[in-house]
Order: sequence, then C-alpha cells, then structure tokens
Amino acid sequence: MQNRIALVTGASRGIGQAIAQKLGSHGAIVIGTATTQAGADSIDQYLSNAGIQGAGSVLDVGDADQVKSTFEAIREKFGEVEILVNNAGITRDNLLVRMKDEEWDEIMETNLKSVYRLCRTVLRSMMKARYGRIINISSVVGAIGNIGQTNYAAAKAGMFGFSKSLAREVGSRNITVNCVAPGFIETDMTRALSEEQQQSLIQHVPLGRLGGTEEVASAVAFLASSEAGYITGSTLHVNGGMYMD
Amino acid sequence: MENVEQRIKKIVAEQLGVKEEEVKNESSFVNDLGADSLDTVELVMALEEEFECEIPDEQAEKINTVQEAIDYVTENAGN
Repeated sequence: MQNRIALVTGASRGIGQAIAQKLGSHGAIVIGTATTQAGADSIDQYLSNAGIQGAGSVLDVGDADQVKSTFEAIREKFGEVEILVNNAGITRDNLLVRMKDEEWDEIMETNLKSVYRLCRTVLRSMMKARYGRIINISSVVGAIGNIGQTNYAAAKAGMFGFSKSLAREVGSRNITVNCVAPGFIETDMTRALSEEQQQSLIQHVPLGRLGGTEEVASAVAFLASSEAGYITGSTLHVNGGMYMD
Repeated sequence: MENVEQRIKKIVAEQLGVKEEEVKNESSFVNDLGADSLDTVELVMALEEEFECEIPDEQAEKINTVQEAIDYVTENAGN
C-alpha cells in the first residue's frame, strides 16, 4: 500500500492508533481523525515520530458538514482517499428498560450513520479510480450481543449488513468492503474493568488473554493490502476464539 | 470546438465502453447501451466534470437517454 492514502477515524488512541501506525508502517500516507485538537495533535506527534507521512485532523464523524470539509482538505493536501477505516465509535451503555432516546440516537449517529456518511463521501473518487478498500471496525458484541449494549450491538451488527450490501454494489469497480470485529482488546475501555471482571471475560476466550491493539491492526492492514484483493463482504473476527463464525 | 451533443456522445461511449456510432440521440443508457445503475451514476459524474456543473440527484434520475442529457446540459450548464 505504498503511498496509498488512508483515512482512519478515531485514531488518537487504542485500536485506531494501532491501525494508523500499522498502515503507515506499510508505507501508506495516513490521515487520522480525532474529535479534539489535542487528539489531532497527538496523532501528528506519533505519525511524525514513526516517520509516517500524513496528519492528524479534527473530525466529529457525526457532523455531516465537518465530514465534507475534512475530505476537501485531504484532497487538497494529499489527494483522494483510497483506504477508509471506519473505526470511530462510542458507547452509551444502559439496560434497555432504562435506555434513553439520546443514548440510542447518539450511538446510531456516531457508530453507524457515520459509516454510511463517510463511505458515501469516499465512493465517488474510489469508483473513478477503480480502486478502493473500505474496512469497518465492528465488534464481537455485534455478533453475540452483550448486556447493557443493545444500542451498541445494533449499530455494530448494522455494519455487517451495510458492508455486505455495499460490497455487492461496488464490487464491479474493484472496491472491497469488509469488517473487522475485535473481541476484548487491551484498551482504556477494558483497562477500566476490575480484575474480577477481566478474569470472568477471559474465561470465555479460548486463547486465555485479552487481545492487543496491534493484533487488530494487522487484520486491518491485511484487508487493506493488495493481497486481500479477492476478499469482500467478509468479517475478520479477531477475538481469541471467543466467537467463531 | 465540439458541440454539446458530440461531447456528450463521446463521454457516453467512453463511460459505457461502446462505439461512438452506436450512441444515438434516442439511445437509452440502460436499455440500449447496456448500462447498469452504477454506470448511470458514473455517467452523471462524468457529465458534471466535463461541463463543470452539479447535477442534483432528482434531476439526474430523469436523465435516461442521450437526448435527455443533451437537453439538461444545454439548459443548465453555461458551456
């Protein structure tokens, strides 16, 4: 993917950061987005530390105008996006009986509608180029569900159907659309859990440990590579065997 | 300078991979020239680029034949 232009949303930390670094290490020019200027600055920092071409950019994926202006800025400075990784996501956990409309809507807006919006924006240039790689970061929770996460699971499962449909629509233009579904990965989100909670999680993982962010990033890098050119509409599960498709 | 009709026929031929002489004014992109739905979207994108205009989706949906494209461009694009 030498000199291919990659956009990774939610890249200031965790899985998104690992993806941005991995794609960069394979030679891609990487634009990483974060919701805050501090986040964008830290992306700038780790990219330049690693000698990766690219930049951090402030973007709220829930804001249609910002999505538009971000793509325009990328086009001007770097060119057209050829690899899109929809990684940005949030949680608003609650039991369904207590869930508020806002908690449902925020998840749908940030985790699912953003995927529709970014894909739609990037498609024109990908169609014209007859090349594109779209990778949507879903979750094991989208496949097996989780207590307190009806909203999150619905959005993550929605990505599967979305990706399969889009894969059919644009396959003839040499654009592939796939999902990567991480299981329990060592991030700020899982570090916040108690030792007891972590242990009980690990009991359900045949490999007996949490995953590393770079292990998710490797799967993304594979799907973004030319070697993965005949894979589309698929989900790559990176979950230590917790769920087997 | 080629006129609008010639420019459009050239784009249609290129975009749909047909010979220019097959592209008649009354040709329907889908029924006569073998375009699928994504081809018609790309065709509109190519027209937008050639004539430096933006064709709104609800207008684009009404452009189904070469003549309809010529009419739209003649009425709406400056050049």
